[in-house]
Amino acid sequence: MTPATPAPMTDISHRQAHASEQPPVPAIAETQTRADQWIICEHCDSVYEAMPLNKGAAAYCLRCAAILRRSHRLSIEQLLALSIAACVLFIFANVFPVISISMQGLHNEVTLWGSVQALAQGQITLIALVAGLAIILAPALQIALLFWVLAHAHRGEIAPGFKMCMRTLEHLRPWSMLEVCLLGILVAIVKLAGMLDVHAGVGLWAMAMLMVLIVLIAGKDIRRLWDELGVGPE
Amino acid sequence: MNGIPCAREYKVTLCHVCSYVCPDDAHECPRCDSPVHRRKPNSLTRTWAFLIAGLIFYIPANLLPVMYTTMLGSSSENTIMSGVIEFAEGGSWDIAILIFIASVVVPCIKFLVLGLLLVTCQRRSTWAMRERSRLFRFIELIGYWSMLDVLVVALVAALVQFRGLSTIEPRLGILFFGLVVVMTMLAAMTFDPRLIWDAEVEDVR
Repeated sequence: MTPATPAPMTDISHRQAHASEQPPVPAIAETQTRADQWIICEHCDSVYEAMPLNKGAAAYCLRCAAILRRSHRLSIEQLLALSIAACVLFIFANVFPVISISMQGLHNEVTLWGSVQALAQGQITLIALVAGLAIILAPALQIALLFWVLAHAHRGEIAPGFKMCMRTLEHLRPWSMLEVCLLGILVAIVKLAGMLDVHAGVGLWAMAMLMVLIVLIAGKDIRRLWDELGVGPE
Repeated sequence: MNGIPCAREYKVTLCHVCSYVCPDDAHECPRCDSPVHRRKPNSLTRTWAFLIAGLIFYIPANLLPVMYTTMLGSSSENTIMSGVIEFAEGGSWDIAILIFIASVVVPCIKFLVLGLLLVTCQRRSTWAMRERSRLFRFIELIGYWSMLDVLVVALVAALVQFRGLSTIEPRLGILFFGLVVVMTMLAAMTFDPRLIWDAEVEDVR
């Protein structure tokens, strides 16, 4: 079977456009050099030729409808600024209590670390580790690694340990659950509001803003650094 | 096929960590050094294993209490469902529905969809491939929201610690529930969605 030419990428405006043009099949030697401009769909293995995207546009796979690539919304400089902001907010979210309650003159408050500790009791300590990873360790590492690679990328350098940082970021992403944690805090507030006086703490506001920042900076978009810094195979 | 070429036809493989287009005889991505596979190794078997482990943990997660409450001398144990029912009876329908979706509907949808994907891939079915691809992306997206209940119990147990008046403690059920979430997340990660499309072409595993 003779392979067809990679189909050109399409953006939203013309999704159903041309599936393939027909220039001749690339020779083997040509294949590797051209491969740099290819995009492979991670959900169905279709091959496309990369095309520049307009701002706000996204490219979809014609076969399985997965998103192939989005245009970059933020510059490296903006990402770096946001990661510094995320660092400050992370400290606020962890130092200050997220919820405080009072009941018949008694007062109590909880930080994120306190809630992880509450799970660390005897048999169920394992789940405290999972919760600690999801709401404290994973976001902290994400922010630190992003700051490290972005601070160097901003000066046009490749950070020491760049490969390891980028690999770790990829593996951390599914385990970072700040969105779920924020919803959990809100549910806990409503749950306790029935029987006690409940107040949202400074940590909650920091947490809410931090969640938005993490969504903006910690997505798959960071993979662009590989190309933009020109990190190639050895 | 509709004229869109496969990576296999060009003798290339995608690196899942850095999106580099690797030659398909590579064992390591030349750019980021992570292991590269044409298909995730033993994807179907491993996904089955995680899925079944998740299903087994789901039984104690629902039967065992997740929370132990003492309120002015009287004490009670709540399972996940009894917590939801308590909310509904107390009139907070919104929260009851939210917790019900996060802790019952989401895990059940994950079990059903992963089971469906595994069976159809094993039978090399060409039925609704685009839709099955979408289903997979959907469960990847909703998977971790089930952690909601674990985090709510953690927060509430850390807060309500008034000795003599009222205390709340986590119980064993929450461990199993957390493990269900972890197992289903691992199952979704080990499943290779490209297997859905392999039914169209010859076996490349």
